[in-house]
Amino acid sequence: MINFRNVGIVYRKELTEWLRDRRTLISTVLVPLLAFPILMVGMTSLMTVMIGKAEKETARVMIIHGEDSPQVVEKLGQVKDLDIVPYTDDWKKRISEKEIRAAVEIPKGFDSALTQGQALTVKIYFYHGEIKSSFGANHVEKFFDDYRDSVISSRLSARNLPSDIIKPFEVKQENVAPPEKVSGAALGGLLGYMVILLSMTGAIYPAIDLTAGEKERGTMETILSSPLSRVDLVLGKFLLVLSASLSTAILAIISMGTSFYLVGNSGAMTQKDAAVFQLHLGFPAILSVFLMALPLAVLFASVLLTIALFAKSYKEAQSYLTPLTFVVVIPAVASLLPGFDLNPKLALVPILSTSLVCKEIVAGTFHWNYILLILLSSSVYAAAALFIAVKMFQRESVLFRS
Amino acid sequence: MIEARGLSKRFQDKKRGEIRAVEDVSFTCHPGKIYGLLGANGAGKTTTLRMLATILEPTDGTAVVCGHDVVEEPERVRANVGFLSTATALYPRLTAKELVEYFGRLNGIDEPTLKKRVDDIFNRLDMNGFRDRRCDKLSTGMKQKTSIARTLVHDPPVMIFDEPTTGLDVMTARTIITFISDCRDRGKAIIFSTHIMSEVDRLCDHVGIIHDGKLLADGTVPELRAKYAEHNLEEIIVKVVGPLLKNSEA
Repeated sequence: MINFRNVGIVYRKELTEWLRDRRTLISTVLVPLLAFPILMVGMTSLMTVMIGKAEKETARVMIIHGEDSPQVVEKLGQVKDLDIVPYTDDWKKRISEKEIRAAVEIPKGFDSALTQGQALTVKIYFYHGEIKSSFGANHVEKFFDDYRDSVISSRLSARNLPSDIIKPFEVKQENVAPPEKVSGAALGGLLGYMVILLSMTGAIYPAIDLTAGEKERGTMETILSSPLSRVDLVLGKFLLVLSASLSTAILAIISMGTSFYLVGNSGAMTQKDAAVFQLHLGFPAILSVFLMALPLAVLFASVLLTIALFAKSYKEAQSYLTPLTFVVVIPAVASLLPGFDLNPKLALVPILSTSLVCKEIVAGTFHWNYILLILLSSSVYAAAALFIAVKMFQRESVLFRS
Repeated sequence: MIEARGLSKRFQDKKRGEIRAVEDVSFTCHPGKIYGLLGANGAGKTTTLRMLATILEPTDGTAVVCGHDVVEEPERVRANVGFLSTATALYPRLTAKELVEYFGRLNGIDEPTLKKRVDDIFNRLDMNGFRDRRCDKLSTGMKQKTSIARTLVHDPPVMIFDEPTTGLDVMTARTIITFISDCRDRGKAIIFSTHIMSEVDRLCDHVGIIHDGKLLADGTVPELRAKYAEHNLEEIIVKVVGPLLKNSEA
């Protein structure tokens, strides 16, 4: 029989100790509260500055060949974003070493081929993945695009043809999804993923402290000598780990919401990009995500307590639990992949199913049959894990493992 | 009263196989008496005491503490026992007062009674100077006093002490010994394990010598002295255990 009074006494005591622990303050409060603003605001501001700087830079570009095509070479030299450097044989090396941003190869007889109507290929060489090199190559490509357009229009006017003969119609994409769905698709997966991941990481430290930590400090034997039943003891500890897990997730979400708001309104982005960052999340959506994540948090708290209890020391527990983060990260990340949609089989896979359904909920889609199935299945897993945790606390070989 | 009836404990070890830590140990300790459990390290003292305190469950046999069976009613047994060992540490982030109150609440004491009892114990043990100080900031002596207060808060009729003075300085050890003696005077049944023979001489009414999990000798101190024709308790232990050691070496 569960004695709820005793469970409450254990919980209150664990909470008091937990709140007095400086490490708790750092891992549960400070890190989730500060990580997002620093990461989001810091990273976006830095990226905006870096990209802006790279875009404004006059790219040093080398021309390969082109001796017989003075016309195009001269026009290239007039582009204000390009600084044409004299040709050297080691141009590949110089691109790799970032001395020049790109090189453009003018095919032999380019100028004369143009007048004769022959199509030749201009090649642009650049450093893939290097942003300044890409910008340099883009400037060169834009020049050739414009040059081609001007050649086409002069050819058309020479034949007295209208310019829309080569563009009989226009194609344009337009978004019709409401803003909350746009941000839902972009950030919805992320919200569920963050809640899941943080409810796991927030539980790790208290789970270790309350089990292996107690063994190491010698307080386990003290509490086992009290009339408290082991079921009440594990439930009190479990509730504390669950509280830590949920409060970490809640604080992180508050901080994430604030960061998105700051980034979306900072003016650092174009209006279109910023719209993605402006979460149009109602309270019901956030509450639903937490409701969906609750059985998972119970599952994490129970599993972590069980494994950490098995360890003899704090360090041993850490080495068991740290790799577990990957077990959670992989399915949670998988849900973010495009084309991964809910189906009855996936709805039974813990973590992945919750992450997927959170994505849908944030985007405003409520598949009630899946929601119920996922709540039910993850509650079953959570109950089983809690049951195992209780059983483990009753095993001497685990409590007194040496 | 404490009555051990054929207490046995076996552990499974992956490398060494089955370990018989305690085998068929029986003895009785009456209220107002101190029973000393003596033996070398690894003899089975701690396992026996842990079974009496229901921290471990016996593999065979049982014990009855204040009329409650350790296997059938472990929680009731624990409510009647105060257990103190060098392994029973304090919660570092609770104050001395909070710690004692926590154990009082777990023993089902109501708040007004608990307050009175905590005040009384803190006065008796002269602990008011550090009642609101966190346990991790206490000196060894203060910690021991807090541990004593923890075992006393529910006023249990049975006390179990597992090598309570090991590693303590003279003054702190003295506090513990005086406390144990005080418990006897208050009519509690006490079981006490130690390596220090002067403590046995001073405290124990009854002594059991345990070796390799088996209780080899059991009687009052005068009875054992008469039986082994030795006054010195250390010599008595050597006489009891020595032949077995020679056999195992041979």
